[in-house]
Amino acid sequence: MTKLTDLTIAEARRGLAAKDFTAVDLAEAHIAAMEAHAGLNAYVTPTPDTAREMAAASDARIAKGEAGAMEGIPLAIKDLFCTDGTRTTAGSNILGNFVPPYESTVSANLWGAGAVLLGKANLDEFAMGSSNTTSAFGGAVNPWTRAAEPDRQLVPGGSSGGSAAAVAARLALGATGTDTGGSIRQPASFCGISGLKPTYGRCSRWGIVAFASSLDQAGPMARTVGDVAIMLGAMAGHDPKDSTSAPVAVPDFTAALEQGVKGLTVGIPKEYRPDEGLSPEIEAIWTRGMEMLKDAGAETVDISLPHTKYALATYYIIAPAEASSNLARYDGVRYGLRVLDEGDGLNDMYCKTRAAGFGAEVKRRILIGTYALSAGYYDAYYLKAQKVRSLIAKDFKDAFDTSVDVILTPTTPSAAFPMDDEPTDPVTMYLNDVFTVPTSLAGLPGLSVPVALTEQGLPQGLQLIGRPFDEETVLRAGRALEKAAAFTATPRLLEG
Amino acid sequence: MSLDKETVRKIAFLARVDVPDDQLAPLAGELSGILDWIEQLREVDTSAVEPMTSVAEMTLPWRDDAVTDGGYPERVTANAPDSQDGFYLVPKVVE
Amino acid sequence: MDATPAPAYVLTGETGDWEVVIGLEVHAQVISTAKLFSGASTTFGAAPNSQVSLVDAAMPGMLPVINRACVEQAVRTGLGLRAHINNRSVFARKNYFYADLPQGYQISQYELPVVGEGKVILDMPDGSSRTVGIERLHLEQDAGKSLHDQHPTKSFIDLNRSGVALMEIVSKPDMRSPEEAGAYLRKLRSILRYLGTCDGNMEEGSMRADVNVSVRPVGDTGLRTRCEVKNVNSVRFVMQAIEVEAQRHIEIWESGGTVDQETRLFDPAKGETRSMRSKEEAHDYRYFPDPDLLPLEFDDAFVENIRATLPELPDDKKARFIADYGLTPYDASVLVVDRREADFFEAVAKGRDGKTAANWVISTLFGTLNKKGVGIEDSPVSAENLGKLIDLIADDTISGRIAKDVYEIMVETGGAPDAIVEERGLKQVTDTGAIEAAIDAVMAANPDKVAEVKGGKEKLLGWFTGQVMKATQGKANPGMVNDLLKKKILG
Repeated sequence: MTKLTDLTIAEARRGLAAKDFTAVDLAEAHIAAMEAHAGLNAYVTPTPDTAREMAAASDARIAKGEAGAMEGIPLAIKDLFCTDGTRTTAGSNILGNFVPPYESTVSANLWGAGAVLLGKANLDEFAMGSSNTTSAFGGAVNPWTRAAEPDRQLVPGGSSGGSAAAVAARLALGATGTDTGGSIRQPASFCGISGLKPTYGRCSRWGIVAFASSLDQAGPMARTVGDVAIMLGAMAGHDPKDSTSAPVAVPDFTAALEQGVKGLTVGIPKEYRPDEGLSPEIEAIWTRGMEMLKDAGAETVDISLPHTKYALATYYIIAPAEASSNLARYDGVRYGLRVLDEGDGLNDMYCKTRAAGFGAEVKRRILIGTYALSAGYYDAYYLKAQKVRSLIAKDFKDAFDTSVDVILTPTTPSAAFPMDDEPTDPVTMYLNDVFTVPTSLAGLPGLSVPVALTEQGLPQGLQLIGRPFDEETVLRAGRALEKAAAFTATPRLLEG
Repeated sequence: MSLDKETVRKIAFLARVDVPDDQLAPLAGELSGILDWIEQLREVDTSAVEPMTSVAEMTLPWRDDAVTDGGYPERVTANAPDSQDGFYLVPKVVE
Repeated sequence: MDATPAPAYVLTGETGDWEVVIGLEVHAQVISTAKLFSGASTTFGAAPNSQVSLVDAAMPGMLPVINRACVEQAVRTGLGLRAHINNRSVFARKNYFYADLPQGYQISQYELPVVGEGKVILDMPDGSSRTVGIERLHLEQDAGKSLHDQHPTKSFIDLNRSGVALMEIVSKPDMRSPEEAGAYLRKLRSILRYLGTCDGNMEEGSMRADVNVSVRPVGDTGLRTRCEVKNVNSVRFVMQAIEVEAQRHIEIWESGGTVDQETRLFDPAKGETRSMRSKEEAHDYRYFPDPDLLPLEFDDAFVENIRATLPELPDDKKARFIADYGLTPYDASVLVVDRREADFFEAVAKGRDGKTAANWVISTLFGTLNKKGVGIEDSPVSAENLGKLIDLIADDTISGRIAKDVYEIMVETGGAPDAIVEERGLKQVTDTGAIEAAIDAVMAANPDKVAEVKGGKEKLLGWFTGQVMKATQGKANPGMVNDLLKKKILG
């Protein structure tokens, strides 16, 4: 029999329904795996006791025939989702001891559907990063390694690096992530799993520690496109507590999954072959993806999204600007860290608390954002960026209005890189998000699906981008790609 | 766009983040690097473009005027570094 | 501006005459049950942090959702100020750190406020009117409260007020004297109370004013540097603050200095303003549209529905009182300040002479209320009874002099005038025989004076009238006494 930790969510649901095993069995198997692979640092706060309690409650509901859509499914929750009574850190020292007296809407939805909390997943501090190395709790480790360098640790990507590592290493059947500029899709690609950033407004932001309010969106990360669809159905929904939550119905995302791509038009944006060149290997995988979709009956067309090259610079104004304001509440007054020395006044307390509580990247972004909004610079930076953002969104709208149903691009310009070879220059680091950021700026759904291994033996994902609130088509195309790619490789970690 | 140490000091105070003197110059360099890279946006003609207000194509939802929340001072002060009698405490503010 | 010239308020300095230019920013707390962006209660005086939601405490991941009633109140106020209503407005974050500002920013409106230009008409004591332009009205969150006297080294923070809706009402720099500023505040308060959008209690802080003051030589049209005197909490203090601040500016300009644009604080005890520059240091609010909120939008029907429920406002009521009751503009403006007082007056005046009713309400009743320190709602004399009293005079049941006595008894006992007159036998004597008897007695006792009158000194008739009234304890009908006296003495 397959190990319980190797099951997909769909398989686990069937097994639980058939009483092949219990939710407690499933939770215990994962708790054991988490302990065995604690070195991956995928979890900031494991919650085995909570997992056992919730699993037992799930078993009781299953016995009564009251199983929900995620009944008994053990999950990792990115430590950006506030969990009632369970420490929530956002990967930051400033919230190192924060225990929310409330539950985020998305996690509450999952518990309402019967899911089980395994623990809080590691992440880049305040979700700011693409490698998980900005976490105050140390970086999570990618369970994959290069074929030639099996002992050299790679980053899992970020910011939802702990979530991606946990799912890839079989330390959870699925995980929540959040995506502001690629934070679900990039780590999913780096760790060989599927991850979806839904349309902005699809999942409530209430109770998720804010990074950049106009971009943040919660989404599912799992080992199959089908599992992503199941999870999304449980996470999504209109929330009156979030003014930007869309009052739209939540369809059964699994229903259309197997409908194939016959008749769909897939756009291939030329700007995703940047001037400085795309690595031939990534280009080849992208081309293979196009072929797979064509073989499955889709038509591909070349399209142009002319403002793509400005997306990253736009993002690195808007996101830090919003962050500089969103993170002002971490002031040492009502919760979190306080640094206060004898004789200090209020401003001393603010400045010391925030200097000690925030890491270098968070501070960098707060300062950039503060500068971009400051008197005399607002028009040149923030306002300009919001105008370019309109153009970027319009590029997508024009493409979807005139010619395509879905867009296919690489998820990342490269596969996972070694932890000891992280770029030190911030701008080089930001380039990791070059393919994911435009989708975020336009608020569109984007799905990363693992398609192939690179020459170094690392997973590489492709990204499918859809119309607003058309996750169904994105998932359908993703499922077709998944079937054609038949990506079955697993991290070497699991072989031992 | 190149930021000098003084500007960084000013920005850091606006953001209430202590930056030690010896880190002002390196930080100014880093931030200038990022701003230089962002300068590319100048190339884009946005003269006839409205700035994005929200990607959500919806109108602002309203709630009814009813008391539905509050009444739990112990919850809002539970995580406070310093509190007394239901108040948050901070170093004395001199007006 | 009205054609009426501004009342001259000229400050004479050493170099010449100066004019003061005043604009007011009034923060008015919106009357609503719950806060602007959270469901916590707005009631006053609760235990610390007991009316605080997770949103008001700015817990991580908390989000604002706007209260419909607050939007309606802002629009209602805009209509009351005859202002342009913006069907689309934008909430922006005003970023700064302060102990009682939990989010690290205040949600306010910056570039696009919900209400645009409007006007307030001032009723000056001489009966003239002046118009003050309204620049804008926007919605914003109130901050919490810091208590500094609880502990030697710590301040105590209570967030109960944090997030309560405020309307910031910004006037144009159209006022030219402390009196106008006072009249503006009183008129604005009157309008807000009529509308039911703010209770206008400056003492409790539900209405506070920031005063912008500058001066210029009489005849100049340009504006000089202004200073903002923050958070002044009574009409009287606003007027005083303007006087001392204007004087300070004149002294600076005349001594060859320049006024720095800054925020100042008025100290009523010392009668001076002082700089808050330390607090002002390096302020840069970094306004930007709040990404947690979409633009605030509503259609014309929403506005029209609110317009349909507007009460008759002071200006319209004043015009109607002048037209319908023949009141002077000044009397009318006094009566309409408070809606309940205006209603009281109308109840008294209904079916009676308006001017008489106005005199009784303004000169007599308001005096009583002032003396007792009570509002019209606690008036010891009801409108019905005051009306009846006027009727008793009109139909000659009692004389005007007796009416004053009856009124005093009504104030003491709360009784009805007809019953008082009946019980105490205060009815006017109109029986010719009784009056003649009294006259005869007075004539008999004063033959010398009778002779004088007959000799042509008719002025003395008044003295006789007084004596007869005295003899009848004021109850004789004075007209009849006069007629009979003339007949009896002069023949």
